[in-house]
Amino acid sequence: MFEAVVIGASAGGLNAFKTFLPKLEKNFSLPLMLVQHISPQSDNYMTTHLDKLCKIKVKEAEEKETIKKGTAYFSPPNFHMLIEEDKSISFSVENKVNYARPSIDVLFETASYAYKNKLIGIILTGANNDGAAGLKKIQELGGFTIVQDPEEAEVDTMPLSAIKIMKPDKILKLKEIADFLNKIHKNNKRIA
Amino acid sequence: MKKDNSEILNDNLNIEIELLLEALYRKHGYDFRNYGKAHIKRRVLHRLAASGLNYVSDLQHKLIYDDNFLKLLLDDLSITVTEMFRDPDFYKAVRQEVFPILKTYPFFKIWHAGCATGQEVYSMAIMLQEEGLLDRAQIYATDFNNIALKKARDGIYPVDKIKEYTQNFQRAGGKSSFSDYYTARYDSVILDQSLKKNIVFADHNLVTDSVFAEVNMIVCRNVLIYFNKNLQERVFSLFEQSLIPGGYLCLGSKENLRFSNIFRNFEVENDKEKIYKKQYHTRTIKKNNV
Repeated sequence: MFEAVVIGASAGGLNAFKTFLPKLEKNFSLPLMLVQHISPQSDNYMTTHLDKLCKIKVKEAEEKETIKKGTAYFSPPNFHMLIEEDKSISFSVENKVNYARPSIDVLFETASYAYKNKLIGIILTGANNDGAAGLKKIQELGGFTIVQDPEEAEVDTMPLSAIKIMKPDKILKLKEIADFLNKIHKNNKRIA
Repeated sequence: MKKDNSEILNDNLNIEIELLLEALYRKHGYDFRNYGKAHIKRRVLHRLAASGLNYVSDLQHKLIYDDNFLKLLLDDLSITVTEMFRDPDFYKAVRQEVFPILKTYPFFKIWHAGCATGQEVYSMAIMLQEEGLLDRAQIYATDFNNIALKKARDGIYPVDKIKEYTQNFQRAGGKSSFSDYYTARYDSVILDQSLKKNIVFADHNLVTDSVFAEVNMIVCRNVLIYFNKNLQERVFSLFEQSLIPGGYLCLGSKENLRFSNIFRNFEVENDKEKIYKKQYHTRTIKKNNV
């Protein structure tokens, strides 16, 4: 039974999120933690916009916030987002990782320790290689890994970088990612 | 339920990290035991990878027997990333909302807690200078990291940051030209040395040290995010005791006083920029008489 989903995206990410996050069902039985590479000066347009489009709750994560299912937590701009093993969120302003803050690798690595084999990690469109090492880490700790089909991705560098250093469990299009997550959600509810 | 292998390995790792922090505290007095665990684990694993050793327990051995290793580990665990006029809107708010109050005092004190390499202290000094307030100010800039503190004292920064600093300065409402405040030499800039005439740089550890002054304003930004809730409470209480009535507490943009025990004695001056004002009449909890 999976307990959480982490997703990383860079260039083209907002469109990708707009495509598949609204497809997730109401009362979704897992939390999602997301990193979108974004300029340090960005306001909260992205989260408020996505929140309006989605059936699940979408918000910017807060310091020491306890993670709740059915909610998508985006990292704020200019902070790394870390997942604590007590299933809460913390931040760091340490140096950029892969030229990025927030960095997908930082989220994936810390989330993999917090959720181990109960974690699903997903890499979407992007123009760099952030997230590849993190996705590999998730796999090492027994989690389930998905990469967006490079053919579909607006920018294929990030999916390809991940595929280059590890073998993801699935390579899917955005619609299929939504279907897959909804299936996990239903399965979770059935078990619970 | 039986634990699988990755869980057992992770449990082992967590034990090793706790023991490393215990050794760091008992051998050298630096207490990271109440820091956020995810951050510490990341940094310790970073050091482990860089050192080429196999186990965190090997780091513990090195920490106890190799004096040079302490410096490396402290550097990993303490984040000194900062910039001048970081979050320009914060400085604008301080200038517009806090300085007019500070102006009413013939003399005032500011404490920069966790000043790291000092960029934000000098930013404040430049603003005070522009407002004609620097001569009335006593600034304490403290950190437990003595390497960072030395850099702060020197006030010498890489020249490649100047473009970013200048943009921040302008967005923060700087009135003069930023180049008035530094001299470029080769690949470094030296900040105007007169800026530090009223700054005292001192070794102070928020985790283990206590109140040392009564001040009008405390600036402690992006330090508390690394602490767990208990340690945050300890530091908030230290800040409350260090502030005069009507004094200001300035936190980082993702740090919040609202959920703290001391919040009852503060009002929100600027919610977005996380500026809080200590009330003139503060309450203490009476045990039998609530």
